[in-house]
Amino acid sequence: MNKRIKVALIGNPNTGKTSLFNQLTGLSQKVGNYPGVTVDKKEGVCKLPNNKSAIITDLPGTYSINPTSIDESIVLKTLLNSKKDEQPDVIVIVADVENLKRNLLLFSQIQDLEIPMILAINMADQLRRKGISIDIESLETELQTKVVLISARNNEGIANLKEEITHYKALKKYSNFKEISNKIDAEYFNELSKKNANFSSYELWMMLTKKDTSMLSEYEKNKFQVFEEDDSKQKKYQHKETIYRYQKINSILKKTYKIDASKGTGLRSNLDKVFTHKIFGYVIFFGLLLLIFQSVFDWASTPMDLIDGLFVDIAEFTKANLPKGMFTDLLTEGIIPGIGGVIIFIPQIAILFFFIAVLEETGYMSRVVFLMDKIMRRFGMSGKSVIPLISGTACSIPAIMATRTISSWKERLITILVVPFTTCSARLPVYAILIALIIPDTKIFGLLSLQGFTLLGLYVLGFGAAIIGAYILHKTLKIKNTSFFVMEMPNYKLPSAKNVFLDVLEKTKAFVFGAGKIILSISIVLWFLASNGPSSFENAEKNVIENIVNQQLPKAELSQKIASAKLENSYIGIAGKAIEPVVKPLGYDWKIGIGLIASFAAREVFIGTLATIYSVENDDEDISTIKEKMASEINLETGEKRFNFATGMSLLLFYAFAMQCMATLAIVKRETKSWKWPIAQLVGMGALAYLSAFIAYQILR
Amino acid sequence: MNSIATLHIGERGIISEESLDIIPLKLLEMGCLPGTEVELLQLAPFKDPMYICVNGSHLAIRKETACQIVITKI
Repeated sequence: MNKRIKVALIGNPNTGKTSLFNQLTGLSQKVGNYPGVTVDKKEGVCKLPNNKSAIITDLPGTYSINPTSIDESIVLKTLLNSKKDEQPDVIVIVADVENLKRNLLLFSQIQDLEIPMILAINMADQLRRKGISIDIESLETELQTKVVLISARNNEGIANLKEEITHYKALKKYSNFKEISNKIDAEYFNELSKKNANFSSYELWMMLTKKDTSMLSEYEKNKFQVFEEDDSKQKKYQHKETIYRYQKINSILKKTYKIDASKGTGLRSNLDKVFTHKIFGYVIFFGLLLLIFQSVFDWASTPMDLIDGLFVDIAEFTKANLPKGMFTDLLTEGIIPGIGGVIIFIPQIAILFFFIAVLEETGYMSRVVFLMDKIMRRFGMSGKSVIPLISGTACSIPAIMATRTISSWKERLITILVVPFTTCSARLPVYAILIALIIPDTKIFGLLSLQGFTLLGLYVLGFGAAIIGAYILHKTLKIKNTSFFVMEMPNYKLPSAKNVFLDVLEKTKAFVFGAGKIILSISIVLWFLASNGPSSFENAEKNVIENIVNQQLPKAELSQKIASAKLENSYIGIAGKAIEPVVKPLGYDWKIGIGLIASFAAREVFIGTLATIYSVENDDEDISTIKEKMASEINLETGEKRFNFATGMSLLLFYAFAMQCMATLAIVKRETKSWKWPIAQLVGMGALAYLSAFIAYQILR
Repeated sequence: MNSIATLHIGERGIISEESLDIIPLKLLEMGCLPGTEVELLQLAPFKDPMYICVNGSHLAIRKETACQIVITKI
């Protein structure tokens, strides 16, 4: 088999790079990790003519290789720092026909790194409509590169592009940096290039301006020091470099690119007038938010109920058809409910990400960022924090990754720290069951259901906590804020079904496999801890029978008592009893305490844990729903219901505030590159949760 | 001295040479070059951020950045 050709896609944001990636790779794409750089990369396999194939890497969109955000720095790192054998064989620069000038700046920078490259000019279908004409042949000569006209959405020119990738060896390398550097300061750049023979003068200049000399030996680094000192000179030269690049691009475009200005973009400015309007802009935005949340609940409830029922059925079926024993118990009480607990979130996550993907694709999200920036800045965040905060209602993990476009570290950090307050879908099952237990199913004003209203209140509480938390962090964190905000306002587009579908698929997969692994393993561990114990566990059954030997108990009640005793003496029972004094002031017993500990790994584990505890306890064939079991639990001290109003409210508040998600903590560690922030999050949110739950219970009981 | 921040919606100006050293590199790269025309398209509430069109690029920038870019109104 032929060696696969390594292709990297690079381009400005909003050029249709992802469309092209989707077109080339389809369903073969997967998200991986850059070695050494803890950032995701998207890769996919593309079939080429003559039985050849290529590995396509989709790099984050960037305007230049001088990075101002984490996302952008990846591009440079892949090009410069990766080991030589990991470097792409060929780079495809994706440019948008309307903004060719700005796209060519990135092209010209990367060309100087002397890697074979192809320029793919996207959205060719718009050429006539926008009154643009391009002389491809002379553009190829002027730029010294291969140019391909494509339309990723309509699958035009893709075959042509594939053909060119196949013949990547014939592509020539070319650099115009010599010409540019001579204009800036010939002597300076001559001196620079003499310092190392292995790298071109542009590569050395990159290392210098990025202050990254990790690829040089100690000896060479010393030679470099003379250059490193003069910061302002470098800055000045960088400015000049950009100007000269643009001058050259302008003169090339003058010969090859014509645009008829009369074919204006009236639609765009009309839409902008509405979407960025001081009043209507906000009305539309909040209207959309309402619509989204309404749909997330409405559309998701049926499939969620189906999934829920399905997993009860599977567990029942397995229990009935497999021989009794350890393995069957593990399957029916650990693994199957564990998997079910992950699968059940798929509808909600998919629907929410569907809306976000559509809004991003159309270009509307940039308008939201524009509208919200000033408001968010009062709370120490950026307009770009809005998208993570909305995504956070599905799952914090992709939401935290979405903060990478925020260039100010302080704004980004604050956003990362408060995102877990937003009500993620893992809280929903906990909320749903507790609300059903403690809030009566009545209507207020004959319309709104009191239960639905409570749920809405919890969402508002989550957002409120995020905003207030951000404000406090904004005022207390002593980080120098080099806030820099430039955002492109892309043209409005109709979303492509393929792009939306693949985006939803990717994010849902990330959740299922990311959080799923943790939830499933916890379920298994819990089951084990609940079904095993020290010697007192082994003797529990005997003790119960001996103690009540004289009473005439029905068989069912006897086995119930035995199971209770077993649970109390299992490892998990012992752990639960140990923390009971801590959780008692919040209104919880040791069983809820176990649920609490377990759900520090992931919130939804709480319901699963109680399900496990109560079903291990009810060791018979009775598979009633968890809600019925919880409703019938009695507080032995008061004789009242275990889940009464005070305990229920206390639990709701605890789950609203506590940082109970290991996967999120791991992501925060990864994104902030230190344990300091996830630990601060865990402690801070935990303290707030405990305090508010304590106050609620003490007032309400 | 006029800067982008002094433009009203619909007004245009030419970025002057003297702002070359002050403009952040990022903005230069996005097409905010001396000698090019800039038009203010929209303002967010509190007049911040500003939505401009420059050299074919539609950009949103914050007011503090806009203040740094000197222009001559046309």
